[in-house]
Amino acid sequence: MGKNETIKVALVGNPNTGKTSLFNQLTGLNQKVGNYPGITVEKKTGISKLDKNTSATIVDLPGTYSINPNTLDENIVLRTLLDKNHVDYPDVIVVVADIENIKRNLLLFSQIKDLQIPTILAINMSDQLAKKGISIDIEILKEDLKTKVILISARKNIGIDSLKKAILNCNYLNTKPLAVISNRIDADFFRKIKEKFPDQHLYQSWLNITQAENLNILKGDEKKAVQEFRKDGEKLKALQHKETILRYKQINDILKKNYKRDISKGTDLRSKLDKILIHKFYGYIIFGLILFVIFQSVFDLATVPMDFIDEAFAKLSNWTKGVMPHGKFTDLITEGVIPGIGGIVIFIPQIAILFLFVAILEETGYMSRVVFLMDKIMRKYGMSGKSVVPLISGTACAIPAIMAARNINGWKERLITILVTPFTTCSARLPVYAIIIALIIPQKRFLGIFSLQGLTLLTLYFIGFASALFSGYLLHKFLKVKSSSFFVIEMPNYKLPSLKNTLITVLEKTKEFVFGAGKIILAISIILWFLASNGPNDFKNAEEILKSESVNQNIDSDEYKQQLASYKLEHSYIGIMGKSIEPIIKPLGYDWKIGIALISSFAAREVFVGTLATIYSVGSNDENNTTIKQRMAAEINPETGGKQFNFPSGMSLLVFYAFAMQCMGTLAIVKRETNSWKWPLLQLFGMGILAYITAFITYTVLS
Amino acid sequence: MATTIANLKVGERGVIEDLDFDFVPLILLEMGCLPGIEVELIQIAPLQDPLYIRVNDSHLAIRKETAKHITIKKF
Repeated sequence: MGKNETIKVALVGNPNTGKTSLFNQLTGLNQKVGNYPGITVEKKTGISKLDKNTSATIVDLPGTYSINPNTLDENIVLRTLLDKNHVDYPDVIVVVADIENIKRNLLLFSQIKDLQIPTILAINMSDQLAKKGISIDIEILKEDLKTKVILISARKNIGIDSLKKAILNCNYLNTKPLAVISNRIDADFFRKIKEKFPDQHLYQSWLNITQAENLNILKGDEKKAVQEFRKDGEKLKALQHKETILRYKQINDILKKNYKRDISKGTDLRSKLDKILIHKFYGYIIFGLILFVIFQSVFDLATVPMDFIDEAFAKLSNWTKGVMPHGKFTDLITEGVIPGIGGIVIFIPQIAILFLFVAILEETGYMSRVVFLMDKIMRKYGMSGKSVVPLISGTACAIPAIMAARNINGWKERLITILVTPFTTCSARLPVYAIIIALIIPQKRFLGIFSLQGLTLLTLYFIGFASALFSGYLLHKFLKVKSSSFFVIEMPNYKLPSLKNTLITVLEKTKEFVFGAGKIILAISIILWFLASNGPNDFKNAEEILKSESVNQNIDSDEYKQQLASYKLEHSYIGIMGKSIEPIIKPLGYDWKIGIALISSFAAREVFVGTLATIYSVGSNDENNTTIKQRMAAEINPETGGKQFNFPSGMSLLVFYAFAMQCMGTLAIVKRETNSWKWPLLQLFGMGILAYITAFITYTVLS
Repeated sequence: MATTIANLKVGERGVIEDLDFDFVPLILLEMGCLPGIEVELIQIAPLQDPLYIRVNDSHLAIRKETAKHITIKKF
């Protein structure tokens, strides 16, 4: 290798093999997460220093059991390795295998090896050979697999240097295939393929043919020729099966010579833990307890940093207002951009804590047990056991939750999960619930222990989950979507989570949320700011109109300033929008002021509280009415003469917020994930109508 | 005795004889569920589905609807 060269390395491997540990070990924190162009699968790349002059760009490809993909993520592996013009097309592939499941790992290896790209096999967890009762002869394996085989332990940093050396010398690796794709499967068929595509190696053509629907890289004549071979789908399927059986036969022949395993060793922990964790009774109790701990932590632990962030951004806004010259631009920064960013940052503590738990549950192997426990239950509601993760994540924020639905294999099950996840009570609903509950539910205790306010909140959570399941059931019955769903999951070994891996995962996921969803939330905040701070003539002449109306006003008094702000909001574009929807929302017990808050909730639901704070800032002559809650409590409904936030209208609002799809960020993600406007629009109108009807009934019955 | 994985009791084993590929996805084959391979039913989920099996050193969970299309010869 010459001076300052870069080698492109792709890491490939089954899930749960420690591939990510190896990636972290090779690159340290020198890594970044981006997106593959055009699709939203996250792409992890990092730099590793191999020697003085050479470094490697390492791509951590999504974990997969086979090169034949079943999910969007797995498709990346195929696309990257089959397309020589792909930016990440590697100089060398490192296949990471787990010593315990070596057979299954070698299936992927044998597929990869046939791509005729230099390939190194790194066998991980080699430090546990004795403990697991395994003996393996690397020298013979090297010969049979026609490439370099290296024993490593990513967690204990063993064998990493030898692996780096092997990557450096990748040009000398044997790129011959293991010779499975050949006449042994169907001599006649493969001869025809070779005749049609004489310049490609046979496996490339074979994948082009069998995976045409997942590739989309072929054009013109080549595409036509491929279609010709795809005519007999049944035959292709049969050949794929034959291929897999032959590959395993070869692997078994190879392993017979050099791999021995005493299966009595090392399975104790699995069976002991499985006995409790998926027990028909204790299994659910433990899962329930874990959920309880997660929710408790998400809400309790997160309050401190959230309050801090809230305050810090308010201070930052004020400070910026002080140091910058007066004008539109300053307003944009202090009233649009800073609160907009604050509105994203405030979610970080909850989301990070939730991701931390999810990462730990996945790293330990427990999540697969939850999927196993819940699959049958979730299937009744049109979902899969794998839908549990998105539904739990939805209690923090629906956006990352919907992205987590990618792991679900069947399209229908995945779609239903995406559609119902926004029903779960996300953290943006909490501030709305909190303030309304405080206003309308008395601070009393039920049976002496349960606080009524707490019970109301709990009920709202329950309504969230129940409506997610119920709508899943309806969609399952009425949605006509063609989809073949299947369910095959690995039940991995239990292991202690690695601190480094867990933290890196949390960091990445949080970053993905901030920069992905954050952009949308920020943009909407700025639009709403514009609508609230601009308006037609009445808005522009607000000061003159107010001055002429109230002669004795001291224009420096706080009262006047608040009156002005409120007048301006009323006559701003958003105020006009609020007024124009008033006739529609009146039957629910809301006035135009709440209308404004409903509209601005589209940026993020919790904006409701801040918007009302601005609107109700008027009329607070009473020195005591300083907090938002007090102002809201004092608000009078001019028509009834009673309180605006009474029990019926408050309950109606709670119900409305529980059901309505008021989050543009979520709608944008659903559009991206389903690749169609049909589904986000179904959510918007379906959930909107449901919210409207239930809020109407609530208000009518209660008042 | 020929039967399917769906009919095994916990702890019972058998050898896979045939898979009906109209119902069994390729991935299951790729994960090691092949004719001639020994399979053991480790546990059944509390609601009788899915099934937790060990096959070819892999521990997998599959649904009954798939399992009943995998014919085995019971030990």
